[in-house]
Amino acid sequence: MGLLPLLCTTAALAQTPATPAISNGDNAWMLTSSALVLFMTGPGLALFYGGLVRRKNVLSTMMQSFAMMCIITVLWALVSYSLAFGTGNAFIGGFHNAFLHGVGLAPDPDYAPTIPAQTYMVYQLMFAIITPALICGAFAERMKFSAMCLFLTLWALVVYSPMAHMVWGKGGLLNAALGGKIPCLDFAGGTVVHVTSGVSALVCALYLGKRVGYPREPSPPHSVVLSFIGACMLWVGWFGFNAGSAVNAGGLATSAFVNTHFATAAAAIGWSVAEWIRNGKPSALGAISGAVAGLVAITPASGFVQPMSALLIGLVAGVFCFLMVTVVKSLFGYDDSLDAFGVHGAGGTIGAILTGIFASSAINPMFGAGKPTGALEGNWHQVLNQIIGVAIAWTLSIVGTLILLKLVDMIVGLRVTREEEIEGLDVTQHGEEGYDFGS
Amino acid sequence: MHKIEAVIQPSKLDAVKDALLEAGIEGMTILEARGHGRQKGHTEFYRGREYTVDLLPKIKIEMVVRDEMKDKAVDAILAAARTGKIGDGKIFVSKIDDAIRIRNDERGPSAL
Repeated sequence: MGLLPLLCTTAALAQTPATPAISNGDNAWMLTSSALVLFMTGPGLALFYGGLVRRKNVLSTMMQSFAMMCIITVLWALVSYSLAFGTGNAFIGGFHNAFLHGVGLAPDPDYAPTIPAQTYMVYQLMFAIITPALICGAFAERMKFSAMCLFLTLWALVVYSPMAHMVWGKGGLLNAALGGKIPCLDFAGGTVVHVTSGVSALVCALYLGKRVGYPREPSPPHSVVLSFIGACMLWVGWFGFNAGSAVNAGGLATSAFVNTHFATAAAAIGWSVAEWIRNGKPSALGAISGAVAGLVAITPASGFVQPMSALLIGLVAGVFCFLMVTVVKSLFGYDDSLDAFGVHGAGGTIGAILTGIFASSAINPMFGAGKPTGALEGNWHQVLNQIIGVAIAWTLSIVGTLILLKLVDMIVGLRVTREEEIEGLDVTQHGEEGYDFGS
Repeated sequence: MHKIEAVIQPSKLDAVKDALLEAGIEGMTILEARGHGRQKGHTEFYRGREYTVDLLPKIKIEMVVRDEMKDKAVDAILAAARTGKIGDGKIFVSKIDDAIRIRNDERGPSAL
């Protein structure tokens, strides 16, 4: 009789759980975040970009985002999830998880121990969708639909998958969480998503050349109203993008959520004040552009910094991107039609560096309890790692994009004819018109 | 018969329509137009690029009236549309060869 409680206690002590159980709370949040990130592309980005182009090109611009929602999904399911997140080497995954082999409802303990592996896969898919969609801003109003589909599909394989693998994949060179040799702090994809898309966008803008009539003829947005609606959708959806990158519904998600919101507000104010000073009036387009710049810059930092740092990061990004888009763009004369480079490339770069400076172990002890995460805590070496990560993103984007543009140009031809461009892409590429105000 | 074409400020449309109705003129066509005379446009900024918008929104009213109504119509428009500032607009009067009612083929001034 006396031995029974002792045996029970021993038995209880011997029962250590082998794998953590699925948390319904975490899974609910992650599935919601996945939906929020998809919402950022459609209709968020579609509206944001759609409103910025001329009326004759509104549908073609929206089709570019929508095409990514469809094509990248299939590609991800077949092969690119495996290339990004499968086991491979420091630079790329492998084909083990092609056709989602081995990606079931049991958790992957390395990536996301408390949610089904397919939740993590579908969450990451939404990132893979929006990244190429962002590039479309650079070649808006002049790229063939067929060329765009081919180019961005190849880009997803050649540039996005390796970059995602290096920063987030098992064994990735830059993966701070899973023992990468050059650990970079990129919470939600400042380098993976924004630097790659922004820099690739610049390369596209330079390679394709300027739109007919640029910069002499003005081509103002046909509907800042649509862009406004899209930008607000981006802001809300971005909570899934950043706070979802905590991969659970705990305190880190809260930090990322708060930081995202604070930085965005500060950035919109920063851009608006800069514009007010420079042009005499704060525009709606400027304010929403500032907000997007803040969202971009806080992306790598969202799960690492204190809220007050987030305000500062947003403010800096708002002013910095304003200068990139107004001063630097006209100085160099490239036609980055929708400022994909000025906002995403520049915002992502500065966000990555500021992450290295402001990262706080109180928020996220990435390198172990008691060890400093960012520069202001004492880990100045991190800034160098951030720069290296950004440099790798720049290099991969430039080289990969140039090769693919050349290839697609030879196969299909990149640009529409001059006449097609003047008539408009909606009619010439898709055989329809966006608006019909007839009775 | 005379055709009267008046390019006016959009904000004056209601006043001009009421004045014409009061003067006994019932038939008119209203068009939304853009244009300018000596009135300067304004500048707009989009992402740092400055655009000069010099095609301003206008309203054009067209009507064909009998000879005896011509002066009444012009005076009604002038009184209702004038503010005294640049941008008030202009009125053009021209002769009309014929007018035909589509419904019953009535021709001439009685078709007006």
